[in-house]
Amino acid sequence: MPSSVPLSEQLRWQCRRGMLELDFVLERYLDNHYDAADEAEKLLFKELLTAQDPELQIWILNGESHPRAEFQALINKIRGI
Amino acid sequence: MALNKRRFDALIIGAGGAGLNAATQLANTDARVAVVSKVFPTRSHTVAAQGGVNAALANVLPDNWHWHMFDTVKGSDYLGDQDAIEFMCREAIPTVYELEHNGVPFSRLDNGKIYQRAFGGQSQDFGGAQAARTCAAADRTGHAILHTLYQQNVRARTHFFDEYFAIDLIKDDEGAILGALIMEIETGEPLLIEAKATVLATGGCGQVYRTTSNAHINTGDGNAMALRAGIPMMDMEFYQFHPTGIAGRGMLITEGVRGEGGYLVNKDGERFMERYAPNAKDLASRDVVSRAIVTEVKEGRGCGPDGDHVLLKVDHLGEEIVSKRLPGIRESGKIFAGVDAAQEPLPVFPTAHYIMGGIPTDPYGRVIVPEGTGEEIVPGLYAAGECACVSVHGANRLGGNSLLDILVFGRAAGLDVLENLKENKNHRPMNETSVEAAMSRLTRWDQTGDGISVRELRDEFRKTMEDHAGVFRTEEIMAEGVEKLKALRDKLPDVRLSDQSKVFNTARVEALELENLFDTGIAIAYSALMRKESRGAHSRPDYPDRNDAEWMKHSLYFREGDRMDYKPVRTKPLTVETFPPKERVY
Ligand SMILES: Cc1cc2nc3c(=O)[nH]c(=O)nc-3n(C[C@H](O)[C@H](O)[C@H](O)COP(=O)(O)OP(=O)(O)OC[C@H]3O[C@@H](n4cnc5c(N)ncnc54)[C@H](O)[C@@H]3O)c2cc1C
Repeated sequence: MPSSVPLSEQLRWQCRRGMLELDFVLERYLDNHYDAADEAEKLLFKELLTAQDPELQIWILNGESHPRAEFQALINKIRGI
Repeated sequence: MALNKRRFDALIIGAGGAGLNAATQLANTDARVAVVSKVFPTRSHTVAAQGGVNAALANVLPDNWHWHMFDTVKGSDYLGDQDAIEFMCREAIPTVYELEHNGVPFSRLDNGKIYQRAFGGQSQDFGGAQAARTCAAADRTGHAILHTLYQQNVRARTHFFDEYFAIDLIKDDEGAILGALIMEIETGEPLLIEAKATVLATGGCGQVYRTTSNAHINTGDGNAMALRAGIPMMDMEFYQFHPTGIAGRGMLITEGVRGEGGYLVNKDGERFMERYAPNAKDLASRDVVSRAIVTEVKEGRGCGPDGDHVLLKVDHLGEEIVSKRLPGIRESGKIFAGVDAAQEPLPVFPTAHYIMGGIPTDPYGRVIVPEGTGEEIVPGLYAAGECACVSVHGANRLGGNSLLDILVFGRAAGLDVLENLKENKNHRPMNETSVEAAMSRLTRWDQTGDGISVRELRDEFRKTMEDHAGVFRTEEIMAEGVEKLKALRDKLPDVRLSDQSKVFNTARVEALELENLFDTGIAIAYSALMRKESRGAHSRPDYPDRNDAEWMKHSLYFREGDRMDYKPVRTKPLTVETFPPKERVY
């Protein structure tokens, strides 16, 4: 695995956010889906975590679509509906 | 290996609204400033504050700071210090304008002035008609404030230690604070920061309870650091609960849901609020609804396999109304509880929201401790924000006043640090004993072998706090709780980490946070047990009335020996007449 694909534990702290709602969904994804995800999805998740909290809120909690379509499947998985 | 050290004039621990506004005051000066934050600054919990910040700008309806002051004193159930409250309500106005000037994009009226919305507890003319006092930047107020202040500090070359965890304060034999030991989370490397002035701005501690609206980072670290440095916590029994959080998870469900016709039921399908508040029913005040929910659960009428929550019904409103008027709730229900609120009721339970108590300070952010018959400033130490207690919220906080608190007193602390630095040109000598004590808190987690896991003890602790120091507070329940909490505290030395790696070890951080939860939570439980009256958010069925003769005083909890002390409320404002205590009716 190339070094740019982080292990789940390396991303755990990045799932600590300023809103409980985001903590919950991001950690739920990390615990239940991340390890089984393919490399591309892992890299997308890593990138998604660099977004600001209000952006994550809009995409994940309010369900608005992400401007980059390649993120949508991942976001739907995180929403877990 | 030798411990790495850095020297700064000022060290600010916490990069939420309070910490960043303190740093902003120092940003364009000669002072060398370090800001330490366990998460990236704009991920601080202030980002969750979407409602807004209060200031009597009078842009929408007539208003002035004196009316704001009256509302805050009344809201505090007369436990707030009236000098600090006057200071805050006056300073609110320049503070909001300074933020506007610095670039916070407040929502505006057509005439270009800052828009202000009405919130509960706001009145004109000392208890008259509704006022409109809350300024917001759309629904992103907290983020807009953080983002703006962070940018200002980056431009001014404030030194940020992002993703560093503060472990303990360092103090000398005279009690002066010399800085703090911190740890880089990514590498696990400790670092000693020496500073002439240290500001604690570490935010709230909702994670002491099982059900909370607070983010996972809110573990009361600064409060615990202060306690371990011998500083008492003030008024910790005053914790605000919101009646409807998603059961077992804590996310807030706004009052608006009940305003739209939603109501609560127990396992028999009974609308139980009719029994507790025959007139207001589901729209009764927060504390009444919270206690009713907990009473239903305690008396065996809770829902679910464990009977540990009640249900909030909106499905009777029909899919169309739910989708149109309550879209956010429908999404939240699906995401956090796996329930479509348009089809089924939502499981809810009171959620811990905001702590009024904290590290005792004066209006300049200086930490003060009792000394003889009076008080004394702790040299080199400041506190601001939700971790501090000035006290402006007293026994209950009004919506929109906590962003105000963090900004006004963060700013005041920053300005006072500046004055302090003019007088104190040199660092005090380092105290190696104190550094070693702080280091041992870190190395303690290198112990291997079998033991209890952090999560196991944490879950048990948070549940005990919820059951015994939460909404429902009788002597019997709380006394039992304190014993249970002490027994759990005795297990702390047996906790072991299974993962001993130093790199990206979140478990190590969680272990350090667990110790902080214990110190902060036990301060709450003790203070609550000892206050034998009902006031503001502290409500006791066995002492149902406010008792001004005996209890109009601030509590002080000391960690050493779990000791309590008390001090008078400062009822004399700075320039105006005192607001004498009255019965609080809304
Ligand atoms: C859901 C929600 C909505 C709210 N809405 C409003 C509102 O609309 N209006 C209002 O007035 N109030 C509101 N509040 C309350 C308000 O948001 C908080 O009281 C306030 O943001 C606290 O700010 P702070 O600067 O004290 O701390 P925080 O913003 O919590 O920042 C704490 C900082 O300390 C750092 N830190 C903590 N521990 C450590 C450590 N050990 N080492 C290093 N760094 C550390 C963190 O990284 C963070 O940077 C709301 C609260 C919640 C839960």
